[in-house]
Amino acid sequence: MLNKQVYLDYTATTPVSPEVLEAMLPYFSEIYGNPSSVYSFSQKSRDAIEKARSQVAKALNADANEIYFTSSGTEADNWALKGVLERMRKAGKGDHLITTKIEHHAILHTANYLEKINNFKVTYLPVDEYGRVRLEDLKNAVTDKTVLVSIMFANNEVGTIEPVKEIGAFCRENKILFHTDAVQAAAHLDIDVKDLNIDLLSMSAHKMYGPKGIGALYIKSPLKFENFMHGGAQERGRRASTENIAGIVGFGAAMEILKSRLSEDRPRIAKLRDKLIKGILNKIPHAKLNGALGDERLPNNVNFSFIGVEGETLLLDLDMKGICASTGSACSSESLDPSHVLLALGLSHEMAHGSLRFTLGRYSTEDDIDYLLSVLPDIVARRRAMSPLWEDYLKQGADPGPISK
Amino acid sequence: MALNYSEKVMDHFANPRNVGEIENPDGVGEAGNPKCGDIMKIYLKVNDETQIIEDVKFKTFGCASAIASSSMATELIKGKSIQEAWDLTNSAVAEALDGLPPIKMHCSVLAEEAIHEALNDYRAKHGMEIIPVEHHEE
Ligand code: FES
Repeated sequence: MLNKQVYLDYTATTPVSPEVLEAMLPYFSEIYGNPSSVYSFSQKSRDAIEKARSQVAKALNADANEIYFTSSGTEADNWALKGVLERMRKAGKGDHLITTKIEHHAILHTANYLEKINNFKVTYLPVDEYGRVRLEDLKNAVTDKTVLVSIMFANNEVGTIEPVKEIGAFCRENKILFHTDAVQAAAHLDIDVKDLNIDLLSMSAHKMYGPKGIGALYIKSPLKFENFMHGGAQERGRRASTENIAGIVGFGAAMEILKSRLSEDRPRIAKLRDKLIKGILNKIPHAKLNGALGDERLPNNVNFSFIGVEGETLLLDLDMKGICASTGSACSSESLDPSHVLLALGLSHEMAHGSLRFTLGRYSTEDDIDYLLSVLPDIVARRRAMSPLWEDYLKQGADPGPISK
Repeated sequence: MALNYSEKVMDHFANPRNVGEIENPDGVGEAGNPKCGDIMKIYLKVNDETQIIEDVKFKTFGCASAIASSSMATELIKGKSIQEAWDLTNSAVAEALDGLPPIKMHCSVLAEEAIHEALNDYRAKHGMEIIPVEHHEE
């Protein structure tokens, strides 16, 4: 077994950074008091949670009382959609949600549920070939029943950053609530909820060097809607369940550290990204970059399709070289459907099949990129050489390129 | 590994046997997988007198399970008569690979079908009756 490990799947999850872990450790066996208890021992737990709340709020230019901790980004998404729509329908304001075809399943499957089980109306906006929502489409989709727009800040598969500022301004003007799933974006971009007119925003700690099992929903004050978790009076009566103190502390610390490093990390990671993109384009013929370019793309995302090959095989070949990546291939999804995001961008099934995603992060290095670029061309060429689809493609007159056999 | 592939699957995936094409083959068959859109192509060289498969090659566009199944299936029919080759089932291929994850069983059907198509191509060219190919999912 080879020892080398190159982790290029930071969008899936990130390691807990040493500083974050250190901040969390006292909250397992030393400061474990239930924040809901009366005695002064528990005050320390309450203080720790409030400190973390301020840390998260500050990073978003929000107020601490607008941050609600949840168990995950998925829970935050569920809460935002179900809570707002139920409340709005009850208040007779409307029952129409507008979202997009490229959302994470946490949004898409929740929207499907609201549509199928609870008879809400949902519009799924298309995107352009780069994965961007067009404001025109949003405007055209709005009806007098529209009460919520949920559009992701940046896409997890292809890294495209959506025109959030324009969307926020439009929604505010038209008095429609705007929710954004910022689970990926919050790890890489400066987000100012006031400037961007965001009413609700979902986040997750484990995408930003914090622990798994903790997320948050920003709810603009004084917005009120239905609870999602019912039980005790935690989180100011809006989200029941004994607080995950260590997780919350880790989230706060992770967010503060992330913010302090952003101006340095972002350009460094973007440079590695561009090196990888250029390297692949130079070394592998018929490789297509999926997603937007430059500043419209998350600084850490690289997504390519290699015609004629299937993604799971590439992942396993890379795994044998110690490289962790991801694919939108049908073969590697539980449902055997290709990535809904790549299809929404207009890719054929074959191109979605041959997709690979590399996502970089804080601990990625030049060496990682050089190593990947030293093994990937041969892997693709070798699998293409055994593909009947590639053979057909060559017969259609495609130039095989210098390295293909 | 996210998928629990057996060592044999990984071996045939990493070093597939009988990859390629045969020039002027006696039979060619192609099968596509309706489930996820994969394709397998089989080339046969058959001895007309003995009806023994002397050589077999494949090309596959598909997952590791599809590639390993193709590789194993070609090994299992090489040196066999066309009748024996016809009788090879996808579950026999999967078994020879020490099993496939349930969600990946359909990939081995691809191998069975491509072989049937190739054998029928051979039969057609030699004035033999075509045997209907049965499609199944697992
Ligand atoms: S060929 Fe697609 S899952 Fe095996």
